[in-house]
Amino acid sequence: MRNDLKTYLEELKAHGLSPEREARMRDELATADNGHGLPPDLSLDDDLSGFNRSIYAFGDLLALRQAVSPQYSVAGLMKSLDELLERDRQREQDGFPRKIRVGRLAKPGRGGKGKVVIVPTTVEEKLFHDSTIKPPDDGGVSGGTGEGEQGEVIGEQPVRGEGEQSATGHGQGEGEKHEMESSAYELGRTLTEKFQLPNLKEKGKKRSFTRYTYDLTDKHRGFGQVLDKKATLRKIVETNIALGNIPDVADIDPTRFLIAPRDKVYRILSREKDYEPQALVFFLRDYSGSMAGLVTDLVVTQHVLIYSWLLYQYGGQVESRFILHDTEAREVPDFYSYYNSRVAGGTQVSRAYHMVNEIVAKESLANDYNIYVFHGTDGDDWDEGGEKAIPELRQMLTYASRVGVTIAEHGQTGSTEVARYLDDSGLLSDKPELIRMDIMQEDADEPRLIEGIKKLIS
Amino acid sequence: MTTPRPPPESGGGRQTGRGGTNQVEKIMELINQHTKQIMEGCKERARAAGLSFTDETLEYLVTNRDLLELSPKVMIPTLYDYWVHDVEVLREKGKYELYPGNPYETVINTRPPISFYNDNNPDWLNVMIFYHVLAHIDFFQNNLYFRNTWDYDFTGQALSDKRVIAKLRAEKGRWVDYVIEFARGIDNLVDFHGELSGLFTTSEAGYSDRLNYYFDVFLQSVKKVSISDYIKEVNRYNVCLKNFGEQAEKTFFGEATQRYPELETHFSKMEDARPKTSRDLLGFLLDNSGFLNRDENTWMKSILEIVRKTSIFFQPQIRTKILNEGWASYWHENLFLQDDRIKGHEVDFARVHAGVTAMPRVGMNPYALGMRLFTNIEDQADKGRYSFVFQRLADSAARKDFDTGVANGRDFIFKVRENLCDYLFIKNYLDQDFLDRHKLFVAGKRLDQQRMVWQYYVKSRKADDYRQMALDSLYHPPAIRVDMSKGIDGSLYLVHSFEGKQLVREYIANTMMGIEYLWGGPVYLETSEAGAVHGQALSARRDEPQEGEIRWQRVVYTMNEKVLSKKAL
Repeated sequence: MRNDLKTYLEELKAHGLSPEREARMRDELATADNGHGLPPDLSLDDDLSGFNRSIYAFGDLLALRQAVSPQYSVAGLMKSLDELLERDRQREQDGFPRKIRVGRLAKPGRGGKGKVVIVPTTVEEKLFHDSTIKPPDDGGVSGGTGEGEQGEVIGEQPVRGEGEQSATGHGQGEGEKHEMESSAYELGRTLTEKFQLPNLKEKGKKRSFTRYTYDLTDKHRGFGQVLDKKATLRKIVETNIALGNIPDVADIDPTRFLIAPRDKVYRILSREKDYEPQALVFFLRDYSGSMAGLVTDLVVTQHVLIYSWLLYQYGGQVESRFILHDTEAREVPDFYSYYNSRVAGGTQVSRAYHMVNEIVAKESLANDYNIYVFHGTDGDDWDEGGEKAIPELRQMLTYASRVGVTIAEHGQTGSTEVARYLDDSGLLSDKPELIRMDIMQEDADEPRLIEGIKKLIS
Repeated sequence: MTTPRPPPESGGGRQTGRGGTNQVEKIMELINQHTKQIMEGCKERARAAGLSFTDETLEYLVTNRDLLELSPKVMIPTLYDYWVHDVEVLREKGKYELYPGNPYETVINTRPPISFYNDNNPDWLNVMIFYHVLAHIDFFQNNLYFRNTWDYDFTGQALSDKRVIAKLRAEKGRWVDYVIEFARGIDNLVDFHGELSGLFTTSEAGYSDRLNYYFDVFLQSVKKVSISDYIKEVNRYNVCLKNFGEQAEKTFFGEATQRYPELETHFSKMEDARPKTSRDLLGFLLDNSGFLNRDENTWMKSILEIVRKTSIFFQPQIRTKILNEGWASYWHENLFLQDDRIKGHEVDFARVHAGVTAMPRVGMNPYALGMRLFTNIEDQADKGRYSFVFQRLADSAARKDFDTGVANGRDFIFKVRENLCDYLFIKNYLDQDFLDRHKLFVAGKRLDQQRMVWQYYVKSRKADDYRQMALDSLYHPPAIRVDMSKGIDGSLYLVHSFEGKQLVREYIANTMMGIEYLWGGPVYLETSEAGAVHGQALSARRDEPQEGEIRWQRVVYTMNEKVLSKKAL
C-alpha cells in the first residue's frame, strides 16, 4: 500500500505541487504504516490507572466504606437540564456568555447501541495553574512504590485513539466515572427544543410511518385458511385425556379419538404492521494522518449530535452506517469503532463517496430510505481539484436527501482543497437544498458546533 | 456510660429543599443508641491515647440520596443554594484544582463536629471509622492552620448566610447568582495565609512602622550613626518606655525629630515608595470597588463576604490533606488494634485497612503516604534522630544503629500534627531513608514514538525528586496580587507572580469578566504564557519532532466592556 501511495504521490508531483502541500502529504504518508487500530479497552483497576489521580480525589466516605459514588438518574437529569438551559438563555439576554454545555462528549462504549453519553457540564472558571503545558511526549510524573531500577520500564499503555488525548476524554484512568447515559433520542429532543434546531420539512419524501403486510401468523380455533396439524393434534389429545378417552398414554389409538370442531387450530391471514426504517444516515469520517487532535473530536461530536437529532426527527426510525476513509474507504460496524479508530495515512475523499454510492446501488437503498450523508474532514485531499470526488458527489446527490460536509480547519492552511473544489464545482450554489458545507476552526466550541448543524440540516 | 444524645432538630441536620423557597424539610437520622455508645467508647479510648477534642459530636446516617444532595455542598448541609450545586459537574481535567475540597468527606469541621455514616455498617467497621473520624476532629481542633475555624460553628454561620442569600434572591432574582458566580470565580484569591497571620500576631509584638524605620533604616543607612550612638538611642527608647508608658513613642520621636528634622520627610517618602499590593482580591474588591460601594449595589457585598468566608473556611482543609488523612489513618490503625471490644475482626479490619492505606504501584495515596510518614517520624524521633548530632553523622552504619533512646516519638508527632501543613510535612520529613525503606520512587510517563505506547518507568529514587514531585501535586492557587500603583484611571491591575506554570487560558476570559463586573471598570492581568508554538496543529501530531523547551512570554490581558484582549510585554 505504501508503495502505491508513493507512486501516486510521484504522479501528483509530476502534475505540479506546492512544496508546502507536498510536505503535508509526506507527513501523512509517513503515518500510513501505523494502521487504524482500535484502542484496547482500558481496564479500570489497572495497576497504572492511579497515575494521574490527584490526592484530592480521595475521600473518606468512599475510601472507608469501600463504596461507589452515587449516580444521578437520567430522568432527574433531563429535568434539571431543561431548567439549566432556560437559565442559560436568560444569561445570554443579560449579556453574559452561556455556561452550560450539553452533549459534549460522545464515547459510546462497544455494543451500547443507540446510547450516547450525555453530560451537561459547566465549569466554574477560576484563575489557576495549567499543568498540561509540557512537551507532548512527556506524560508527567507521579509517585510509585515497589521494585525497579532507575530507568526501568514498569508498565506500558497503548496510546489511545485521538479521542483520549483530547480535553474531553473521559475517565482517563480516574477510576470514577461520573457520566450519565441517556438515549440518543433524548439528546435529540433536547437539541431540537433547546437549541431551536429546525424540524424536518421534507414531508413529501417521507414515507408512511407504518405499512401493513398480510401474513398467516395468527392462530384461530374452529376455522381459518390452513390447518395447523401439530397444534390440532395436541388439542385433540388434551381433550381426550380430559374425557378419559385415553386409558394408557403409552399406547394411544388415534382411531378412537373424539374430535370436537374447536379442537381444530388454523392459521389465519392477518394484518401485520411492518415498521420501515425511515432514514439512513451515512457518517463519513476522514481518518487520515492529518486528522490528529481536535479536528477529529469536533467532527465526531457533531456527528453524534446530528445522529441524535435525526433519531428524534424520525421517531427512532434511523439506521446508520459508518464509513472511515484515508486513501481507502472502510465500513465499520458501530459507532465505537467509528469514533475510536486511530488516524493514519493519506487522504482521498472520493473513495468514501464512491463507497457510499456503491452501497446504495448494491443494496438498492435509494427507493426505501431518506438518505443522509454527513462527511467530516479537515479539508485536506490529495485529489486536489476534486476530479474524482466531484463526479461521485454528483451521483450521490441524485438520491440523497441531504449531504452535509463539515470541514474543521487546522487554522494555518487558509482555504482547504475540499472547500475549494466544492466551491468551484458550483454544487453548493446550484443545489443548496441538497448539499451544504460548514467550515469551522478546530477550536470551535459547542455553540459553534450546533450552529454548524443548523447550517447543515436546515 | 452516659450517652449525651443531641436533640435531633439540632441545626446541622436540617436542610431546606433546593431553592430555599419550597419548604421540603428533611431531617437526617442520627445513628442509634447502640452505635452511639460504641462511639462514646471510642472517644474514651482516643482521649486516653492523647487525642483531644470537644465532648459533643453528631453522627448522622446518610443514604445515597442524601449524598447526592450533600456532596455538591461539600457535605455542609446548610451551605447556601447555588445552581451549579444542582448540576452534575463533569470531572474535567483540572477539576481538583478548581474544587479541591472533596465532596465525600466523612466528617466536617463544625461545632459540634458532624460525621456521616451508612446504616448497615457492622460494628467493627464503625469502630474503625469512628477512630478515623475522631482523629480528624482532633486534627481540626488542634492544627494551627485551622485556627480561623475555632471560634464559631460553620453550619450555624452557613445557615444564616443561606438565609441572607435566599432573601436577596427573592429581591434581586438571578443577579444574585451572577454575583455568586463572579465572586466564586476569584474565591481562591483570598490570601488565606494573610488571614492566618493576623490571628497569631499579638498586638504587643508589633512595633510601629515608624519605629522600625527609624532604627532599622534611618539610623543605620541614612545617618550611618556609630554603634555607640545607636545603642544610646535604643537605651533612650527603653527609658521613654519605662517612664511614659503609652506615650513613650510620641515622647521618643518628639526628641528624635528635633535632632533630625528631615526624619518625617524620609519616612513618608519610604512609605510611598513601598509597593502597595494586596493578595486578597476578594477582600480588596470589598473595600475598594467603586461599583460595589454604590448605594444600589451594597447588597452584593454581603454575597462577596459570604463567598470569601466560605472559601477561607475550607482553605486549611485543602492544605492539610496528606497530614490529616495520614493522622487519621495512623490513629485508626493504632486504636483499632488495641480495642478490646471487637476482638475477632482483625482479618476483616486488615482487609479494609490495606485497601485504604496500601501504597499504589503508581500514583499518590494521601492515606498511605501520610500514615507511613507519621509512623516513620515517630520511629525516628524515638531514636532521637531529629537532632543535630544525627544530621551531622555521615557514616551509614552509625546512622543505621543510631538510637539515643529518648523515646519521645509520640510527643513529637503530636507537635507535627499541631504545627505543620502538607507543604512543610513533606518538605521536612520526606527523606532518603524514608524513600528507601518504603521503596518509593518517582514514576514517569513518556511516549514511545515507535510503538505508540505510553511507558511508565522508574524516573528517580532520589528524595529530592520525590519531594519535588509531591510538592508539585499539592493545591497551590496562583499568586495574584493587586498592584495599586499601576491601576490608572479607575482600572484594576493584577499581577501574577509566575511560578513556572501558566494560567489555564480558556478560563481567563470569563473570570476577568466577573472581576470587571465586580470592579466596575477595566481590569488588567499581567501573567506569563508559553510563547506561540509554531504551527500548533502540526505539533499536535505525535510523529512530529518536538522542541523540548518552552519559551515563556510575559503578557498582559485587558478586559474592558466584556471584551478580552492580550498584548505581549
